[in-house]
Amino acid sequence: MLKELCFPFDGDLIMQSKRKLLRLLKENESGVKLRVAVLGGSTTSDIIKVLELFLRDRGIIPEFYESEYAQYWSDAVFGTPELDEFKPELVFIHTTSRNIEEKPTVGEDETAVSGKLEREFSRYEKMWNALSEKFGCVIIQNNFEMPSERLLGNREVGVPYGRIDFITRLNVKLYDYAQKHNNFYIHDINYLSADYGLERWHELRHWHLYKYALSVSAIPQFAYSLSNIICSVMGKNKKVLALDLDNTLWGGVIGDDGQSGIEIGSETSEGQSYLRLQKYIKAHKEIGVLLTVCSKNDPENALEGLNHPDGVLKPNDFALIKANWNEKSLNLEETAQELNLLPESFVFADDNPAECEIVKAQVPEIAVLNFSDPEECIRYIDKCGYFEVTNLSADDAKRSEMYAANAQRAAAEKKFASYDEFLASLEMTAVIGDFDPVHIPRITQLTNKSNQFNCTTKRYTGAEMETVAKSTDYIRLCGRLTDKFGDNGIVSVVIGEKRNAELHIDLWLMSCRVLKRGMEYAMINRLVEEAKKAGISEIYGYYYPTKKNAMVKELYGDFGFAKISEDDGGNTVWKLETAGYSPKKIFIDIKENENG
Amino acid sequence: MDREKVTARLTEVFRDVFDDEDLEINDSTTADDIEAWDSLEHISLVSAVEKAFKMRFTMKEVSGMKNVGEMISILCERAKKC
Repeated sequence: MLKELCFPFDGDLIMQSKRKLLRLLKENESGVKLRVAVLGGSTTSDIIKVLELFLRDRGIIPEFYESEYAQYWSDAVFGTPELDEFKPELVFIHTTSRNIEEKPTVGEDETAVSGKLEREFSRYEKMWNALSEKFGCVIIQNNFEMPSERLLGNREVGVPYGRIDFITRLNVKLYDYAQKHNNFYIHDINYLSADYGLERWHELRHWHLYKYALSVSAIPQFAYSLSNIICSVMGKNKKVLALDLDNTLWGGVIGDDGQSGIEIGSETSEGQSYLRLQKYIKAHKEIGVLLTVCSKNDPENALEGLNHPDGVLKPNDFALIKANWNEKSLNLEETAQELNLLPESFVFADDNPAECEIVKAQVPEIAVLNFSDPEECIRYIDKCGYFEVTNLSADDAKRSEMYAANAQRAAAEKKFASYDEFLASLEMTAVIGDFDPVHIPRITQLTNKSNQFNCTTKRYTGAEMETVAKSTDYIRLCGRLTDKFGDNGIVSVVIGEKRNAELHIDLWLMSCRVLKRGMEYAMINRLVEEAKKAGISEIYGYYYPTKKNAMVKELYGDFGFAKISEDDGGNTVWKLETAGYSPKKIFIDIKENENG
Repeated sequence: MDREKVTARLTEVFRDVFDDEDLEINDSTTADDIEAWDSLEHISLVSAVEKAFKMRFTMKEVSGMKNVGEMISILCERAKKC
């Protein structure tokens, strides 16, 4: 998917660069072909151009028939030689409130208005019947949007001659028809225009100058909304919603904060917004969307979070739960294989921009939603249209997937050539050095909050930390990591106690926000360097297992330490000769201090 | 904003809209000089210019502009008022 066209997109940018985008999309002509006739009651030129972009981006290659200006009705009812030869598979009727021919007049009675309503509706009905008889095609029909002016103010509703009353009744007739006819879908521009802002939608200059019935700026949203119906009809809608856990389905980090520490439920306002999100996501099961978890967590912790008594999403709401420390792109690919679905059926939602970026790069078929808070998450899932509901046959969708699967596997190679390449692309910079007095509070807080990437889980009070910071008996390091997405702040702390030529590591911790970035390697490289300067020949590392720190069980082994003892409780001691240490390869630019 | 700056910025917009990295414009450029610049494309161009310069043309201006020079003059005029 082209990033310019991925939800949430910049509509102005799309309008400005639509030629270029089309050129890029045409470089890859693979997709399902579809003949689309657009019958307009107003100008449709740019609508078609932008619709083509969104369709191609989702694997549909459209061919268009465009009616002459405002000839929608006669084209549909009487046909044209071109249209007949074109044999549309899908017809989109772009009419708006401007195309209503018989509007009620002020003071008119119910009988007269009902007559107008019937005549107006039958014009449309005749058109739909003619099209489906002749072509057996799918029909998408705009409903009617609210007008830009209200002569009678609020009284445009509640009297027979009210114009908004009239539009509302006409819309209901459309909906009744939709209920009774297969392959007939309403494009709800009444909602779309309200959501967009009615005043901005009715850009009258664009009507008077070019006969666009909506603002040209609204065309991308309009075309996107329309493309969602078409994608759904063509079985191109998404089927799986894969979700991160920490700071996605609840506030906080389950591995660090524990079940009682995360925000979910009606007790706090933050908890309430996550609860609302969980309810909204759970409702997706009713529309046939599979839910899965893709989270960097120990599996027990993930389940602990999902079993929170105040949460509504429970472990058995998910088709599959992947909670481990592997790359999310790999987990998503595995999930796809295990569910026998294609990555292109997936939507992945995560609050972490770096995770989103790697998934986009590694598995470009997956639609990614990156959001900053639960409200935005709901809004994105709701407006992205990936789960647009129409009533297509499940078999049709499956069949096309099976065909596509082989091609997909062959094509799944590009990506970053390696994980190293991804790391290099993050443009990471770290500042690693001794404790700075201003950072003592944050360092102390980290020692008390970090549970997972923490070898000894040693806690310090502020006063104890002050003492350590002043003493000459220690080698101290704190590391701050910045990448192209922003500053992660201080993420790693190491404290080693010097005993003659030995260094004993009392504390080694790192925030899980920066797992698998190589930050731990940057820290050990630096620690060995400092140790050598201080005349240390042996470094001792300690691992004390807890319920939460299994991920660092082999950390020192990975660093090149040798295990020298292990007791019944699983406590291990590790040793490294500083002389024999070969620095770990890192993709982080190391700086001495904040300034340089 | 001076004429030169406006022309430079406007050139970028033209290049985007017509997807032509080498496109050059000057005061006397008209729709006849750029093949893709037809009446329907005019709206895209005008909208893109409005977004880029954060201003709005009046209807009279949109339909009355004879060449790029007139567009630049309007943009310079509006920029003064901002």
